[in-house]
Amino acid sequence: MKRNHILRDPRALMTAIAMIVMLVISVGPASAQQPQPDQDGYVAVTDLDLAQEQLPAAPLVMAAYAIAWLAVFGYLWSIWQRLTRVERELAEVSRRIQPETRR
Amino acid sequence: MDTRKLFILPLVAIAAMFAYAPYAIHAAPYESTMGLVQKIFYFHVPAAMAMFLSAFVCGIASAVFLFGRKEKADRLALSAAELTVLFGLIVLISGPLWARKAWGVWWQWDARLTSTLILWLVFQAYLLLRRYGGPGSDRLAAGVAIFGAANVPFVYWSVNVWRTLHPPTNVVRTLEPEMMWPFMWSAIAYLGLYGLMLAARYRLENRRAELEEIYLAAED
Repeated sequence: MKRNHILRDPRALMTAIAMIVMLVISVGPASAQQPQPDQDGYVAVTDLDLAQEQLPAAPLVMAAYAIAWLAVFGYLWSIWQRLTRVERELAEVSRRIQPETRR
Repeated sequence: MDTRKLFILPLVAIAAMFAYAPYAIHAAPYESTMGLVQKIFYFHVPAAMAMFLSAFVCGIASAVFLFGRKEKADRLALSAAELTVLFGLIVLISGPLWARKAWGVWWQWDARLTSTLILWLVFQAYLLLRRYGGPGSDRLAAGVAIFGAANVPFVYWSVNVWRTLHPPTNVVRTLEPEMMWPFMWSAIAYLGLYGLMLAARYRLENRRAELEEIYLAAED
């Protein structure tokens, strides 16, 4: 079967190159026109009066950390469950097939 | 290798990260304008790095599958796509929690946030295609994954090219040493965790393929 390969189709290749060139050209002037934000980066301080905050940051920070951990743990648990199920099924199928092949 | 042994390393890595997280919160200095909420940075950015890496892995593996017809590459692409969505979810939830305090809004339709959401949706589309697309959807999904991976550089540089509330990419490079060390530790831990999770997920996909082969052989 002949495969449909983009590199062997000159029209498709030209279209792809034209799209990339247009994208690069459009990003250049946009970059020049946009006022750039402050580039100084973060400034560290050791003391901060958290009691003065109108919107407390601690619950937001805790929620972000908790969600990250829950997502990672939940996903690991999901892989564990799926892998255990597949391996159990593999062992069972292999056990069932072996006596049949001996016959 | 036994499944349980495969999970020992990720669990040790997670335990180490758990042990370090409170230290990072307390030991790293506050940022002068954002204060405490800036500490979300230590999880948000490494999760974004893992998401970008995973999108690249998925895109490259999909290209290998599409042009080289390597089934193993397809399994790796599927595994990486799932992890792109997972780490993308962490990024898309932790970001608005940070933004609520720093910008006063949960969400802003600016270049970085919107392009990240689109990247995440592209990989969601990949997973939906693989699950419900029927026969032949693996090749179609591979095309979607290549498109998704090609978006990553645009998402990354969007903060430097377009006007946005999101901090620019040089924030990481210009971090003060007291902030850089916790960040580097967190980034290495996250990327290590990503590698181990990818290995576990890839193993699952290989075992599924083995099972499918046994069923096909039994039918013949």
